[in-house]
Amino acid sequence: MRPSFIFKGLALSALTVAALSGASLFGLDSAVAEVGKPTEGAIYLQEGVTETADELRHLHNIVMWIITAIVVFVTALLLFIMVRFNKKANPEPSRTSHNTLLEVVWTAAPVAIVLFLIAVATKPLYNQDVIPDDVTMTVKVVGNQWNWTYVYPDHGDFDFTSTMLTKEEAAAKGVPYLLAADEALVVPAGQKIRVLVTASDVLHSFAMPSFAIKMDAVPGRINETWFKVDRVGTYYGQCSEICGREHAFMPIEIRVVPEDEFIAWVKTRNPEYAQAPASGQDAALVPAVTGGN
Amino acid sequence: MVALYPGADDGHHDDGKPGFFQRWFYSTNHKDIGTLYLWFGMFAGLIGGFLSFMMRLELNQPGIDVFANYHTYNVFVSMHGLIMIFFMVMPALIGGFGNWFVPLMIGAPDMAFPRMNNLSFWLLPVALILLMASFFVPGVGQDNGFGGGWVMYPPLSTSGHSGPAFDLIIMGLLAAGFSSIFGAINFITTILNMRAPGMTMHKMPLFAWSMLVTAFLLLLALPVLAAALFMLFFDRNAGTGFFNPAMGGDPEMFQHLFWFFGHPEVYIMILPAFGIVSHVVSTFSRKPIFGYLGMAYAMVSIGVVGFVVWAHHMYTVGMDVDLKLYFMVATLVIAVPTGIKIFSWLATMWGGSITFAVPMMWAIAFIFLFVIGGVTGVVLSMPAIDVVLHDTYYVVAHFHYVLSMGAVFGIFCGFMYWFGKIFGVMYNKLLAQIHFWLFFIGVNLIFFPQHFLGLNGMPRRYVDYPVEFAFYNQLSTIGAFVTLAGTAAFFVMLIEAFIVRRPAEDNYWGEGATTLEWTLPSPPPYHQFNTLPKVK
Repeated sequence: MRPSFIFKGLALSALTVAALSGASLFGLDSAVAEVGKPTEGAIYLQEGVTETADELRHLHNIVMWIITAIVVFVTALLLFIMVRFNKKANPEPSRTSHNTLLEVVWTAAPVAIVLFLIAVATKPLYNQDVIPDDVTMTVKVVGNQWNWTYVYPDHGDFDFTSTMLTKEEAAAKGVPYLLAADEALVVPAGQKIRVLVTASDVLHSFAMPSFAIKMDAVPGRINETWFKVDRVGTYYGQCSEICGREHAFMPIEIRVVPEDEFIAWVKTRNPEYAQAPASGQDAALVPAVTGGN
Repeated sequence: MVALYPGADDGHHDDGKPGFFQRWFYSTNHKDIGTLYLWFGMFAGLIGGFLSFMMRLELNQPGIDVFANYHTYNVFVSMHGLIMIFFMVMPALIGGFGNWFVPLMIGAPDMAFPRMNNLSFWLLPVALILLMASFFVPGVGQDNGFGGGWVMYPPLSTSGHSGPAFDLIIMGLLAAGFSSIFGAINFITTILNMRAPGMTMHKMPLFAWSMLVTAFLLLLALPVLAAALFMLFFDRNAGTGFFNPAMGGDPEMFQHLFWFFGHPEVYIMILPAFGIVSHVVSTFSRKPIFGYLGMAYAMVSIGVVGFVVWAHHMYTVGMDVDLKLYFMVATLVIAVPTGIKIFSWLATMWGGSITFAVPMMWAIAFIFLFVIGGVTGVVLSMPAIDVVLHDTYYVVAHFHYVLSMGAVFGIFCGFMYWFGKIFGVMYNKLLAQIHFWLFFIGVNLIFFPQHFLGLNGMPRRYVDYPVEFAFYNQLSTIGAFVTLAGTAAFFVMLIEAFIVRRPAEDNYWGEGATTLEWTLPSPPPYHQFNTLPKVK
């Protein structure tokens, strides 16, 4: 009787592993996935377009395997115990209540797993958090109830406000409702860009899943984060800190364009930019960057 | 057995039960107060459940279906959290089972401060009335209620909600907080001073251990919440600027204060469930608990480490990177004592002679689901990953696995275990099993798909969502209907039990149930242990 139970337990766990890995492959490599926005029915992370996001996904894959193994192990053990040690199978209970070796092992094993996790999770954290020295430009993001103001301090300090498109407007333009905005934050591809984040009224959070950035917008404080996207395209995120009535209606749209297109776009916004080289204004900006860390 | 409670019957002569009003409204009896807490928790659970059910109806499909006023949706989200935590889980686990079984298990006649116990309970209805009143007074402009989330972050809770609704909530939470502090003082004093002769700390049942650790967490964490609430109140009404950057304050300081309370609060809700599950697993395996000391000190260490991990709720506020690393390491450390608990439960079952009575079903489900909720906590503890998952449905799924399935399954586990002991009647097993299976399937259907929503990027507290998230939201709402049916089955079971009134024996679980409450009749006499039991 006993071996058959073990077999059943093993078969069940194998099935679970197969289902989970199959499912995660589906989520990872779904052919219909669109970059920069959620995918219908997807069960895994949005595809990343920054090195930070790739590193995050890699770390998450490792952790996912470990936690899946833990859940499968505990579940299999639980099922085995339920079958092997139920009243019918085992009428007389043992009285064992100590086993020093066992207790040492199940303390040491989690310690080892924790140490391993700390080891793999530390580098991605620093890569993600520490702003590289060679950022080429800065954009400033201000969260308001319920829209975003984008400021370009390196390009003549012009600014504009980005508001969600209504359902009709989005349908007319063929862009996703609740994600698309009337004005995108436009940035050049292939550049390391510093983002300064603050808020004018209550807390908001500037989030872009496919870049792996999320930074709270806090009144009176300037937080900073960064990204570098090589792939030209339009990317969507949503406000991620409750901010009142229209919290769900202040999306973030970032358009990554080739550098020449970016310069052309800046000129339409700020004709004087052609005369004012960005490098000169960079220097003026530096002392202002104090908050965040 | 009878020798353990000589004079139990005397109670009916010289110190009998008072009349209805006096008994239930002036009560100083730990068992009656425990019963009041249980009914109160059940009532509040219905309110909180109603709020969440309306949220699930709204989220059934993209678009606005239920909440024409988005602010009202935020109010429901916020109040669901506050009511479930402060008025359902805490009263049921701590006030209900704690009051009932801590004195019984340690062989004490009552709690140390019976009148303070009465005050602890009666502050709660006052608090709930204040919270419920906030639904009907202005929060923002003309909109009623407070919609800033249960975390109440300023400035949304200060300048963002200028109406009186949030002041009522502050008052309510202060009342609930003082209720818990009084309760904690009572439990600590009772457990440290009133154990029966021979019951040393290291012989004390694990549920009493869990309540002792919980009481210390309450005592140390709640004053910090009270301070933060007072500061909010003064910022709102007295012109101070603790959290106002324009006056030299800092909104993030509130978050630190809140989570310094808020993280231990998580353990306050789960530790009593740990205690209950330990007893149930041991009873139905007919084996003593495996690694008793390890189990007790695992809870102590979870309590201690639980105080130094709070900022893992705040990885995206713009914290120093070294600090993030520290909070990640400290958080991961908690996995070790938690692992000890899980493996010790499994080892208790190993070699046992297991009967799958209803409480055991809840306990096994608790272990399984708590492992799932625990491992997603490992994922979230890493700031490098949390940056995409913070404030998404992944977090919602995670904490509902540890609370809605951890703490709540612990409550049902204890309720089914002690039902006969508390009420003196037995429930119908079939109805209880139907309740279990509907609830188990329902809550998994609600919350498992939410992991996918979170990974795919759906933010929490959203009244409407992009169409890509529709499928798993719909699945989740179907789960809410199944859970609703489960709740209905629970009340049918409850009503059936009180109509049929099958009398409960003293020890209806048999030889596996070894703690002192099983030496008493069901229900126990109005005053027990007039002569203290001797523990070998």
